[in-house]
Amino acid sequence: MMEFVMLHLPALQVVVPMLAAPICLLLMRGGLAWMLALVTAVLCFAMSLLLLQQVIETGPISYHLGGWEPPFGIEYRVDAMNAFVLVIVAATSALVLPFARRSIRAEIEPSKQALFYTVFVLCLTGLLGVTITGDAFNVFVFLEISSLATYVLVAMGARRDRRALTAGYTYLVMGTIGATFYVIGLGLLYQATGTLNMEDLAVRLQPLGDLTSVRAGFAFIMVGLALKLAMFPIHAWLPNAYTYAPSVVSIFLAATSTKVAVYVLLRFMFTVFGYDFPVVELSLSTVFLPLAVIAMFVASAVAVFQTDFKRLLAYSSVAQIGYMVLGFSMASVTGLTATMVHLFNHAAMKAVMFMVAGAVVYRVGSTAVASFAGLGRQMPWTMAAMVVGGLSLIGVPLTVGFISKWYLILGALETGDWIIAFMIVASSLIAVIYVWRIVEVAYLTPAPEGAKPVSEAPLSMLIPMWTLALVCIYFGINAELTASIGQTVAEALLNGNGVSPAVAIPEVVPATDGAMEGAAP
Amino acid sequence: MNQHIILRVITKILIAPIILFGLYVQFHGDFGAGGGFQAGVIIAVGFILHALIFGLSTTQQVMPMWVVRTAACFGVLIYTGVGVYTMLNGGNFLDYDFVSHDPVGYAVAGQHLGILLIEAGVGLTVAAVMVLVFYGFADAAGLFGTERD
Repeated sequence: MMEFVMLHLPALQVVVPMLAAPICLLLMRGGLAWMLALVTAVLCFAMSLLLLQQVIETGPISYHLGGWEPPFGIEYRVDAMNAFVLVIVAATSALVLPFARRSIRAEIEPSKQALFYTVFVLCLTGLLGVTITGDAFNVFVFLEISSLATYVLVAMGARRDRRALTAGYTYLVMGTIGATFYVIGLGLLYQATGTLNMEDLAVRLQPLGDLTSVRAGFAFIMVGLALKLAMFPIHAWLPNAYTYAPSVVSIFLAATSTKVAVYVLLRFMFTVFGYDFPVVELSLSTVFLPLAVIAMFVASAVAVFQTDFKRLLAYSSVAQIGYMVLGFSMASVTGLTATMVHLFNHAAMKAVMFMVAGAVVYRVGSTAVASFAGLGRQMPWTMAAMVVGGLSLIGVPLTVGFISKWYLILGALETGDWIIAFMIVASSLIAVIYVWRIVEVAYLTPAPEGAKPVSEAPLSMLIPMWTLALVCIYFGINAELTASIGQTVAEALLNGNGVSPAVAIPEVVPATDGAMEGAAP
Repeated sequence: MNQHIILRVITKILIAPIILFGLYVQFHGDFGAGGGFQAGVIIAVGFILHALIFGLSTTQQVMPMWVVRTAACFGVLIYTGVGVYTMLNGGNFLDYDFVSHDPVGYAVAGQHLGILLIEAGVGLTVAAVMVLVFYGFADAAGLFGTERD
C-alpha cells in the first residue's frame, strides 16, 4: 500500500481532492461533506510533506501522466520549489477546514453548505495542480479550475453582504483577462517552439531571445500572471474579493492563491525563460522593482485609512505581495530566498489575521474596525493571536515577518542599494500604524454602552488560529528550515536555469505494438 | 406555447434525432472529429429545446434537478475512476494500456476502452452541466420552484 502511494505520490496529490469533490456534492449534507473535505485536506497535507521529504532526499521527481514520455505527454514535475508551495497550500487547507465548520454554518445557508465544500475542494485541486504540473498548458487548465472555483467561493459571501456578488463578478472579469493573456502568451511560445513542456520550453527558448513574438509572449504571460497575483497596479479586484468573501474563503485565498500565482511567475521567469533571457533582466529592473516599491508604500498607506478590518488586511496583502515581488526582482540568491521565505511566512501571518476576522464575524457579526472595541477583554485569545499576526506583518524580531525583511534588506545591501533597504524599513513603519489602529481599538477602547457581552471564539476556531500563530513565532525564532529550503530553491533557479536532472519514476513498459491511437479527451 | 402546434410537433420529432446525433458525435470521437465535449452540448440541446417549448416544469419532470446534478458528479467520477483503476493495475495515472487486466496483447484494447470510458465521463458531465446552467438561468426568479441551491 505504502509502496503504491509513494510510487504515485505526484498524481495522488491532485487525484485525491479531484475524486473527493464530486463525492462531497453527492453527499448533499453539509456535515458529511465537511468531514470528507477535512479528511481530503489532511491526506493532501500528508502527501505534500512526503513529497517534500522525497524531493529533498533524492532530487526532483518526474511523473509521466498516461505513461507518455515528456515532452509529448503531460509531466508532473516536483522539485524543492513546488514541493514547498504544495506544503503551504495543503497545510492551509488542513488548518482552515477545522475552522470552517462553525464559521460556514453561520455564514452560508444550510442548503448550500455541501456545495460550498465541493467548490472548496475543487479550488484546492486546482491550486495543487497548478503547482505540481510541469506542463505549461496544464498550468492553464488547473488555473481555470481554481479560478472558477474561487469566483463561486467569493460570491457565496452574498448572504452576509450582497456586495460579494459584484466582488465575485469583478474578480471573474479580471481573472479571465489574466488567464486569457496567459494563454495568448503561451500560444506565441508554442508557435515559436512547438512544445508546451516547461523543461523543453526552457531548452528551446534559449536561442530565440531576439524573436519579437517570443518577447511578446513573455510580456503577455507576465501581465496575465501579475493580474492573478494582484501585483500593484492591477490589484483592484483583490480588496473587494477578500472583504466580501465568506471568512473561510478569505483565509484560504489570502494564504494560497496569490502564493501559487507568484510560484508560476517565478517558474516562468527563471526556469522557462531563464535569467539570461534578454527581456527578463530588463523587466525586473524597470517594471517589477519600481512597482514593488510603490506597492509597499501605496497599499500600506491605503490600508491605514480603512474602516473595515478585512479590507485593511486585503490592502496589507497587496503591500506584502510587493515585498515578494521586490525579493525576486533583485535577481540574487538572497533576494529569491526572501521571496520564497516570505511566501511561507506571509501565508502563516495572513491566515492568522483572517482567522481573527472570521472569529470576530462569528461572535460579533461585523468586521468594522469600530466593532473591535472592548474585544481585548472579551476575546483575549483571539486578540492575542491578532497581536502576534500584526507583529509579524510589521516584521518585529522573533516573528516570521522579521525573517522575511531581514533577507530582503540583506539582498538590497548586497547590491549596494541603500535606498531600497531604507524603503523596506520605512514601509514597515506604515504597517505599524495600521496594526496599531486595530490593537488600540481592541485593547484601549471600552466596549460601547449597552452592547451585548461577547464570548471567546469556540475552540475549533482557536486551535487552528493559535497553531498558525505559533508557526509565526516558531519560524521567526528558528528559520533554519524555511531559509534553507528558500536558499536551495533560489540557487536552483539562478544557477543552471533551474533545470536539473529529474529522477524518473520507473515505469512498467507493456509489450505493445500499436498503442498510440488514444485521442486526447 | 399551447397554441403553437407546429412547434410542439416538430420539437417532439426533433428531440430523438438530436440525442441520437449527440451519441454519434460522442462515438465518432474514436476515429476523428467529435468526442465528449461536443456530444455533451448537443445532447443537452435536446433537453433545452424541450424546456423552451413545453416549459421548464415539464422538463424537470423528465429530468429533475437531482438527476442532472448526480449525473454531473458521476461524469467526473468516471474520468478520475479510470485513472485510479489504471494505477491499481500497475500503470501510471490514465495509462490506458492498463485498462485491461493483462497488459500483454491487450494494450490496444485498453487504449480503445480507456478513451471510450473517459469520453463517456466527459460527455455525461458536459451534458449535465449545460442543462444545469440552463435551469439556473431559466429559473433565475425561482418561478418554477426549481430547487435552489
